[in-house]
Amino acid sequence: MSIDTETAARVAKLARIKVEDDALPALASEFNTILGFIEQLQEVDVDGVEPMVSVTPMRLKRRDDAVTDGDQQDRVLSNAPDAREGFFAVPKVVE
Amino acid sequence: MMTDLTKMTVAAARDALRAGEVTSAELTEACLTAIDAADALGAFVHKTPEIARERAAAADARLKAGDAPDLCGIPMGIKDLFCTRGVPSQAASRILEGFRPEYESTVSQQLQDAGAVMLGKLNMDEFAMGSSNETSVYGNAVNPWRRGNDDAALTPGGSSGGSASAVAADLCLAATGTDTGGSIRQPAAFTGITGIKPTYGRCSRWGIVAFASSLDQAGPMTKDVRDAAIVLRAMCGHDPKDSTSADLAVPDFEAALTGDIKGKTIGIPREYRMDGMPAEIEKLWSDGADMLRDAGAKIVDISLPHTKYALPAYYVIAPAEASSNLARYDGVRYGRRAKLSQGDGITEMYEKTRAEGFGPEVQRRVMVGTYVLSAGFYDAYYNRARKVRTLIKRDFEQAFDQGVDAILTPATPSAAFPLGMEMDDPVQMYLNDVFTVTVNLAGLPGISVPAGTDKDGLPLGLQLIGRPWEEGDLLNTAYALERAAGFVAKPGKWW
Repeated sequence: MSIDTETAARVAKLARIKVEDDALPALASEFNTILGFIEQLQEVDVDGVEPMVSVTPMRLKRRDDAVTDGDQQDRVLSNAPDAREGFFAVPKVVE
Repeated sequence: MMTDLTKMTVAAARDALRAGEVTSAELTEACLTAIDAADALGAFVHKTPEIARERAAAADARLKAGDAPDLCGIPMGIKDLFCTRGVPSQAASRILEGFRPEYESTVSQQLQDAGAVMLGKLNMDEFAMGSSNETSVYGNAVNPWRRGNDDAALTPGGSSGGSASAVAADLCLAATGTDTGGSIRQPAAFTGITGIKPTYGRCSRWGIVAFASSLDQAGPMTKDVRDAAIVLRAMCGHDPKDSTSADLAVPDFEAALTGDIKGKTIGIPREYRMDGMPAEIEKLWSDGADMLRDAGAKIVDISLPHTKYALPAYYVIAPAEASSNLARYDGVRYGRRAKLSQGDGITEMYEKTRAEGFGPEVQRRVMVGTYVLSAGFYDAYYNRARKVRTLIKRDFEQAFDQGVDAILTPATPSAAFPLGMEMDDPVQMYLNDVFTVTVNLAGLPGISVPAGTDKDGLPLGLQLIGRPWEEGDLLNTAYALERAAGFVAKPGKWW
């Protein structure tokens, strides 16, 4: 498995991280090193083995579906880079 | 007197506080003075002297009233990964610049409730991704230890590098760390201190910035095993706000420290004898086995056949979970947003914010995680890694089923290495975690105990791995090892 610059660009796009075109070859090469390392996993016989879901077998607790928190708009917004009129503000999404 | 106060263990300070021989205010001032004189170590990245003095005064009042839990009045450092109300908590990342949480993590809240005094926030690798503390936006944390008279700066390890440096340099009596692949145990080993990662689910993860949720656990970093037992007890406990936190009683771990390990069985896993392992690590390991044998334990060879595949499985699972966890850093709700150009839409905002907010190692892992989870590769990489994880856990279960009480391994493949080493190959850095990462994958408790020094006088650690939920027994074995090893060396003060 070898990653080319096109795949690297696609992965960067999926991860929503801007990578300049001239940085793509180096990125692809790093991916190849890491994936080469991961490739060892193909040697392992995993027939009939269940993928791990939870490292400690436990039954998740149930709770009532009830409102237990709220009315904290100021605190929710206090760290926002841009908040207006009680909302998070972002660039225009819909034309 | 003032400098000696910072050298106290938690246990000694607790007893002195209760006996009225010292006040928390005095202890706290001594630590604050030591911290201000130690900026060269890069350990404390946000100092909180006002909070510290306020909590010290409150602790002194509680002590006077006779209502003093073990940690009442003990000055501690908190890793930057823990959200602390009103105090910068940015996981050593640019993307969380300016973030001041409106809430407190469960673990740091429990410490506060127990009367512990927060001195400030400690340096770390960005989002806990790294083994040398060099990916931090704050710059490097530095190891107080040096090679003989060589003044080259060494890494304190990572990701809890600031915590390790601060405890080893006596800037605080104890610190919190977190451990996803070895981030408590490797820095503890590099700095000659003790660090324990408890069983997955012992400590609540609520309010700790998430890296890989199925692997992350908090734990204490301390001057000795007794302190680890005391601080761990205060950090543990069920928390309804973390659905993976275990609803189990937390025992008095300190009470388990009898030092008697007669009849215990200690396993030595043959797969941990790596090719090219330095002779001094090999010797430390066999010396450690001899010490436990002399203390009455039975030493047996065991096999953990899938050890070799732990690191590759980790470097699928951890980045996969990180890519999901770090999706929340989008420049909308908290932290930094990139400056946008005319006409930039929301996608450009995400992409620019994450490109300038995340450092190179974090970007790399987020993208590797994105790749292994993407359509077409999910089965080949992610599902396969989770199956290998099942096998790694099974290896340990089989060893425990054969009657093994604890497993002894080296903590790290080397002593602390110099900062700024050129590593063109990210995989080279990943190899630091070769002995510790299996423990996270299997959800087990693991502790690093300083047990000797290398040829340059740098500390080396041994790791003990215990059965799930049996931290008390594990700490007791570590206590026996600590007493036999008799490691008392301290770094010479140069900072």
